[in-house]
Amino acid sequence: MKTHYDAIVIGAGSVGVPTTYFLAMRGYHVLCLDSYSSSGQGQNKAAIGGTRATHSDPAKIRICQKSLEIFSTWEEYHGQSIGWKKGGYCFPVYRAKEEKLLKSILPIQKKFDLNIDWVGPDKIKEIIPGINPNGLIGGTFSQDDGQVCPLLAIEAMDKAAREAGAEFKFKNEVTDLIINNNTIEGVKTRNGTYTADVIVNAAGAHAREIGYMAGLDIPVFPESHEAGISAPVRPFLGPLVVDLRPGREGKTANFYFGQNHENAVIFCYTPKVPFAGLDRGATSEFMPIIANRLVELIPRLKNLMVRRLWRGLYPMTPDGVAIVGKAPGISGLYLAVGMCGQGLMMGPGVGRELAALIDKGKPEMDKKVFDSLSPERDFYAGKVEALK
Amino acid sequence: MSELRITEHPILTPEKREEIEFFFRDRPLKAYKGEMISTALFANGIRIFGEHYKDGSPQGIFCANGQCAQCLVLADGLAVKSCITEVKPGMKVMPLDGLPALPGDDQAMDTSHIPEEFETEVFIMGAGPAGISAAIELGRQEVRVIVADDKHIPGGKLGLQTHNFFGSARECNAGMRGMDIGTLLAGELEKLDSVDIWLNSPVAAVFSDKKIGVVKNGRFVLVRPERFLVAAGARENALAFPGCDLPGVYGAGAFQTLVNRDLVKAAKRLFVVGGGNVGLIVAYHALQAGIDVLGIVEALPECGGYKVHLDKIKRLGVPVWTSHTVLRAEGDGILERVIISEIDKGFRPIPGTEGEFEVDTLLIAVGLSSVNEMFNKAREFGIECYAAGDADIIAEASAAAFSGQIVGRKILQDMGLEVPIPGEWDEMVKILRSKPGKIYPLQGPNIGSNKIYPVIRCVQEIPCNPCAENCLLQSLSIKSESIMALPTFGGRCAGCGHCVSICPGLAITLVDEGYDNTREKALAIIPWEMPEGTIRIGEVRTTTGFEGEVIGQGRIIAIREAEWQNRRKLVYIETPFNEARLVAGIRIREPASKMAPLSVKAADDAEVIVCRCERVTKRQIMDKIRDGCRDFNALKAELRTGMGPCGGKTCIPLIWGIFRECGVDLKEVEPHIYRPFELEVPLRAFIDETEEGKE
Repeated sequence: MKTHYDAIVIGAGSVGVPTTYFLAMRGYHVLCLDSYSSSGQGQNKAAIGGTRATHSDPAKIRICQKSLEIFSTWEEYHGQSIGWKKGGYCFPVYRAKEEKLLKSILPIQKKFDLNIDWVGPDKIKEIIPGINPNGLIGGTFSQDDGQVCPLLAIEAMDKAAREAGAEFKFKNEVTDLIINNNTIEGVKTRNGTYTADVIVNAAGAHAREIGYMAGLDIPVFPESHEAGISAPVRPFLGPLVVDLRPGREGKTANFYFGQNHENAVIFCYTPKVPFAGLDRGATSEFMPIIANRLVELIPRLKNLMVRRLWRGLYPMTPDGVAIVGKAPGISGLYLAVGMCGQGLMMGPGVGRELAALIDKGKPEMDKKVFDSLSPERDFYAGKVEALK
Repeated sequence: MSELRITEHPILTPEKREEIEFFFRDRPLKAYKGEMISTALFANGIRIFGEHYKDGSPQGIFCANGQCAQCLVLADGLAVKSCITEVKPGMKVMPLDGLPALPGDDQAMDTSHIPEEFETEVFIMGAGPAGISAAIELGRQEVRVIVADDKHIPGGKLGLQTHNFFGSARECNAGMRGMDIGTLLAGELEKLDSVDIWLNSPVAAVFSDKKIGVVKNGRFVLVRPERFLVAAGARENALAFPGCDLPGVYGAGAFQTLVNRDLVKAAKRLFVVGGGNVGLIVAYHALQAGIDVLGIVEALPECGGYKVHLDKIKRLGVPVWTSHTVLRAEGDGILERVIISEIDKGFRPIPGTEGEFEVDTLLIAVGLSSVNEMFNKAREFGIECYAAGDADIIAEASAAAFSGQIVGRKILQDMGLEVPIPGEWDEMVKILRSKPGKIYPLQGPNIGSNKIYPVIRCVQEIPCNPCAENCLLQSLSIKSESIMALPTFGGRCAGCGHCVSICPGLAITLVDEGYDNTREKALAIIPWEMPEGTIRIGEVRTTTGFEGEVIGQGRIIAIREAEWQNRRKLVYIETPFNEARLVAGIRIREPASKMAPLSVKAADDAEVIVCRCERVTKRQIMDKIRDGCRDFNALKAELRTGMGPCGGKTCIPLIWGIFRECGVDLKEVEPHIYRPFELEVPLRAFIDETEEGKE
C-alpha cells in the first residue's frame, strides 16, 4: 500500500474536499483523510446552502466570487447537479441602523464588482412575497448570489477529485503530525502513518486540535448553531433572506432562510450569546424562537411544516475572517480553517487559491488581498467582518 | 350511507353517528363527525388520494397511523396527513397533486409567544396497554403523571383487537377481548386524579436540554419530566417488491384501523403477506367484516403465529401457502392483482410455481419494530428514561400491559417508594413475551363414559389459561406451574360451553353423543364469530377438521347466543356420529387455488420503491452500495433516502436488508443519524396560544 503522497488534506469537509480536488487537478497525488465515514459528514451537511459574495471583507468577497463561479458552472462542466439556485441574497431593512450599515459597505462591495444595490420597499415586496410591509424601508439585493445543496456539492467534488486521482480514507482520525527540523513529513492516524511533502489542515471545527499537534495555537473556536428545514412547498421564494435585526426575544442576533432547490425552506439564526463548544444536540429553544421570527417577517409562513432540526458548528475566529495560508514556522504545513460558518461558500474558492499557493507559491487572486487571510495576522486588531 | 360502511359486525356494535358533509374534488360526500379524512374517503370508495410530486405516482393509505406521509391531501388549502386529521363539516379536500402551495394568508400573528412548560414527575409517551398500565400503577401512588398519545382516543391498538386475548386470565384479563381490556384500562386511568391524559398530542422531539416537545392539540408545548417512560408501541415493517407502493398495498395494522376502529369495509377481496399472529388475525378480522380473504403467504416453511390462529383461518377456507412470497403487485394505478411464488431455502423464487390472484388489497404483516427513537435520544441526553411494551420488546398486547405494570412499579421504586415487584411478575412477563413453543401431536378426546365432552385442539405451547379458569366443573386444567403447558380434560363435563366460548384460539369444541339414541348422528358444538347470515339454521354445510381438512357435511340445527358468551356464538351442527368429534369448523368459502399467471414479468430492482417519501428505488441504493458506499448518511445525501416526511421509518430497515443482500458486513455500515422532528409540525403550532377546538 502506498503511504507517500504529494499532499495530504486533513478533513473531507466543505474546505478539504475542494482543496483535494484542486490539488489533484494540478497533478498532485493527494490523500484526503477524515474521521467520519464519508465526505461532508462533519459540518458540511449542517450548512443551509447559502452562497454569497456579499461580504465586507475584500478577501472574502474575492474568495466567494471564485466559489460562485465554480458552483454556478459546475453542472455545465461536470454534468452533475449540485442543487445550484441563483436566487440572490436579500437583506430587507426596517431600521435606520441596518440601513446605515448596509449602505456603508455598498461602496466597497461595488468596488469589488459585486452586483448589488439598495432597493426600495416595493422591490423587496416583489422579491419576498408576503413580507411584512409595516415599517419596511427597503434593503439590498445581490442577484448573482445563490444557494447550493451542500450534500450534493460535496459529493460531486469528492467524485471529481477521485476522477483526478485523489484518494480518500475515512474513519481515519489523525492522531499526530510528523515534523522534523520544522518541516512537515506526514501524519499518524489510528489506521497507520502516511507521509507527504505538503499537509493541509482543513479540519474545520477540529482545526485547533490539529494545530496543537504542530505546536500551533490556531485561534479557531467552534460555536454551535441550530438550523431547520421544512417540507417542500411550491416555489415562492427566490433569494436567501437575511434579517439583520436582533430578535425581540432578546436571544438572537440576525436570522436567515431561503427556499432551496428541493423547494424546502431552510432556516437558521445567530444566537446573541454564542453556544461555545462541540455539542450538537437540538435544543427546545430554537424552534419557538425561529418560528416567531419567521412568521413575524413573513406571516404566511405560519402554515409551513417543519420537518427536521439539527445543529452544526461554526469554527469562529476572533475577527470573523478565515485563516488561509502557510502555517507560521513549519515548512509544508498549510491552513485552511476558521471559516466562521461559511465553509461551504468559501470552500471552492479557498481550495482553488490554496492549491495555487501550494503549487506555484502564490495565489491566483491579488496577493495583497489574499494575505489578509494570513495565519500570521493580528487576530485581535479590531477589524471585524460586518456581515458575519 | 355508502355500502362501504360496516353496518353489521359479529363483535363490534356500529353506533349511530352524526353525519356531516364534506367535499372531495368539489364533489359533496358524506362522512361521520369525528372520523379522519382518510376514513371518510375510503368509506366513499376513494382509495387514491393524490399523486406524488416527484413522479406522479398514485398515493393512498399506507400506515393509517400518522407515521408515513402517503396519505397527504389538501384540506382547506393545507397539506395534511389525512389519517390523523379529522374531517370537518364543509371541509374542502383536494388531492395533493404536486407540491402544496403555501396559502397566501398574510394575517399577522402575535409573534411573542413562548411555549408553555409543564413539569411532571413522570411523562409517559403512549396511552396504549403499556403506557396506561404504568400510569395506573403510578397514579395509585398519587404520582404526578402526564400521558400523551397521538390518537384521539386512549387504548392504543387495543381498540383494534376484537378477539379474545391469550395469557393469564387472572393476571392480564386473558379471555377478554382486547378492545374491552382497552376500555377497562382507560376507565381505571380516568379515576386517578394525579394522572393527566393528553390526547391528540404526539411527541415531536426530545431535546438536549432535557425537555420534551409535544404538539398538544396542535400547539407546541414543552414537558420537563423527572422521569420519562416511552410506551410508544411499534410500527409495522415494510416489504419491498415491485408494486409495493401501489394504493391497495398497505399494512395490516392500517387495515385493522380502518375496519375495526372506523367500521369501514376497506376491501372486497384481499390477500395477506406474513403468517405471524398479525397476518393470521388480520385475515380473521377481514372475514368478520365480510371481506373475502383469498390467501396468506408465509416465507418460512412454518407460520410463526400461534397454531390456533392458523388453524381457525384454514377451517374457514382460507389457504395458507408457506415457503411462498409475493413476487409482485400489479394494477393500473391501483392494486388489481398479486402474483405469489414458492421460494427455495435461500428465499429465491422458484420459476413455474407462480400463482395469480385478483384482489383489491394486499396486506403486509411481516413483523413490527419498536418505536424507540425517543428512548434512545432521551438516554443520550441524560434523561431518566424507561421503555415498556412493544417500544421495549415486541410481543403480544397482554405482555405489553404487564410490562407497563412492572415498569410502573420500577419507576416507583426508583422514586424511593416502597412498592413490591412480585418475583412471579417478571416470570409472567417472560412467559407472555415468549414465542410459541413446541407442537405436540393432537390427542384423541378423553371420552370415558361421557355423552358430552370437549375436544381440545390446543397442541402448541403458548401462554394461555382461560379454559382452565372457566371450566364449570374445574375439570379442564393445566397440569403445570407454567401457563405455557397444554390444557387437559379431567373427564367431567357439564356441557356448559364455557371453554368453547372463551378459548382465545377457538380451539375447543363440544361433542354431544347423546343427541341421537340410535348413534347415527351426533352434535358438534363449535365456536362462531362470523357475520350474521354467513350460516343459517337448517343449512347443510361443509365441515372442516383440526387443520381445515374437509370432514364431511353437517346440518346447522341451532345457534346459541347468550350474554355470558361475550359475542361468541355456539353453533350446533348435526353430523354423522363418528364425524362429530372431528368437526372443528365450517367452511365459509371454497379455498382459492393457485392459478398460474399467463406470464410473469421478470423482477427488476429499478421498479421496486424502497424510500416511499422520496421515491428511491432498490436499484439506486444497490448501485451506491456496490460502488462502495457504507454510510447511511452518504446514501441520504445523494439519494435522499430517509430525508422525507417519515424520517426513514419505513425505508431504513429495508436498506439494512439491502446491505445484507449485497453481502456487506453490517458492522462496516455507518448507521443513520436520527434527528427531530418525529412528525412535521406547522410553524403556527409554536405561535398560536390556543389549542385546536378551543377558544
